[in-house]
Amino acid sequence: MKHTGRRGVVIERLFVALCLGAVIVPLGLLLILFADVLSDAVQRLGWAFLTSFPSRKAALAGVYPAFVGTLYLSFITAGLTLPLGVGAAIYLEEYERRGRLANLIELNIANLAGVPSVIYGLLGLGLFVRIAGMGRSLLAGAATLALLVLPIVIMASREALRTVPLSLREGSYALGATRWQTIRQVVLPMAFPGILTGSILAISRAVGETAPLIVVGALTYVTFLPDSLGAPFTALPIQIFNWVSRPQAEFVLNAAAGIVVLLGTMLALNAAAIFLRNRYQKRTY
Amino acid sequence: MASAGAPTAPEKLRMTQSAHSRPGRPRENSVNSEEAATKFRVRRLAAWFGSQQVLHGLDLDISKQRVTAIIGPSGCGKSTFIRCLNRMHELVPSARVGGEVRLDDEDIYGPGVDPVLLRRRVGMVFQKPNPFPSMSIRDNVLAGLRLTHQLARAHANEINEKALRSAALWDEVKDRLDEPGAGLSGGQQQRLCIARALAVEPDVLLMDEPCSALDPIATARIEDLIHTLRERYTIVIVTHNMQQAARVSDRTAFLLTGELVEYAPTDRIFTAPSDKRTEDYITGKFG
Repeated sequence: MKHTGRRGVVIERLFVALCLGAVIVPLGLLLILFADVLSDAVQRLGWAFLTSFPSRKAALAGVYPAFVGTLYLSFITAGLTLPLGVGAAIYLEEYERRGRLANLIELNIANLAGVPSVIYGLLGLGLFVRIAGMGRSLLAGAATLALLVLPIVIMASREALRTVPLSLREGSYALGATRWQTIRQVVLPMAFPGILTGSILAISRAVGETAPLIVVGALTYVTFLPDSLGAPFTALPIQIFNWVSRPQAEFVLNAAAGIVVLLGTMLALNAAAIFLRNRYQKRTY
Repeated sequence: MASAGAPTAPEKLRMTQSAHSRPGRPRENSVNSEEAATKFRVRRLAAWFGSQQVLHGLDLDISKQRVTAIIGPSGCGKSTFIRCLNRMHELVPSARVGGEVRLDDEDIYGPGVDPVLLRRRVGMVFQKPNPFPSMSIRDNVLAGLRLTHQLARAHANEINEKALRSAALWDEVKDRLDEPGAGLSGGQQQRLCIARALAVEPDVLLMDEPCSALDPIATARIEDLIHTLRERYTIVIVTHNMQQAARVSDRTAFLLTGELVEYAPTDRIFTAPSDKRTEDYITGKFG
């Protein structure tokens, strides 16, 4: 009862102001950054920028192969990560819950999520490019990114599976459903929106990664589109990195425009995640 | 003790066939007679969670088409007891069961018995109504059949209506079968869960404090329902409410710290208990 007087009110207001500040400062910084990038980017942005191949002349250079490469990468990464990640999460959460093996795996996954992405790049280079003989291909790049986001997808999926209450699982078992029938028809549909959101967010993070792709060997000057999984490729972050490091000042404008395209792609992916989640949740009441 | 059920009983649990291809349940004429056949024969039943023993060698027979109430203070093992009757207890990691439980004279813990098939014969209703939130009312009723891939589309409506009527819910929901099951009131949700259990056509219905989350009116409706279901099903109900046990059951078992203290016809338990501890409990001296 000591703080319910005037002093309590002051503390309350102070706290609200502090929280508001915590919202405004990062958002403001982000806005300033974005405005700065956008002011440079407008001179290059346009349909031609999206559909042009790189060029030695800054004004003619575009992000077409990098943009397409990024889209391919994100889809292939999703295709590789989702089954593996969800499968691992189901195993850990539904089948091997308390075992020593599960604890060991859990510890490893938590650690893997904290490993710097360049290390994954080196792993990808050794494992996929060299040993598996994939070469510096789209598939090797996507596989490397898949490794990178796998721990995050597993953790997000486990979290989503954990939110399905025990009472529903028991309800299903009591009706004579097997474990698989219960997982497939009761647990997964309920956990699905959470799994989807977590996975898309993780993959959109992977789309912005540069370091592992550089290590795996994405090209920086590509005048063709990848036509197969084994084809060489480039991606938006690589293209941006390339333009930024050029001595000619005009290329900075290209880099800014590239950043806007990359941001747009990531935002679109996130928006898709939110849209799918909302739609699915509505369907499941 | 007369052996109960159809002569083919021992094969039932091993059957992979659907519950619906089973020949109709033989109607007993003895429903209201004094002598009822034994449905469950429980001997030396013990149960553990890890190293903690929660049931210490229970012996009791549960009569067919009767309501058997299990009463006792919190933590006495009454929920664990009924969860041993449909092998739900063992779903908890580290849980263990010992002793013998015979359903229609077949050992349900015997080798080769599939707990999944057992649970289709021994339905269960839980303390908190747990309709599947992602399903409509109709889908909830049919969930057991759909989950186990036994649903023939042609019979779906028929089964749905029959189960909802049996659970005394049909009139309240017949115009909104496609609405979410989670949108019903608590009492309706619980009757939906009963309908869901009945749709699988079990012989036995286990009820684990089915009214503890409900208001008195909803409770009364469930109790009325138990009275009607008694004609067709063997019902075992766990309750912490002694009036409820007195109202709905034919026989009552009193459990204390994992042991069976007294098991007798309900009116005898509540009017002339033979054990001092039973008397103390039902007169409210502890618990």
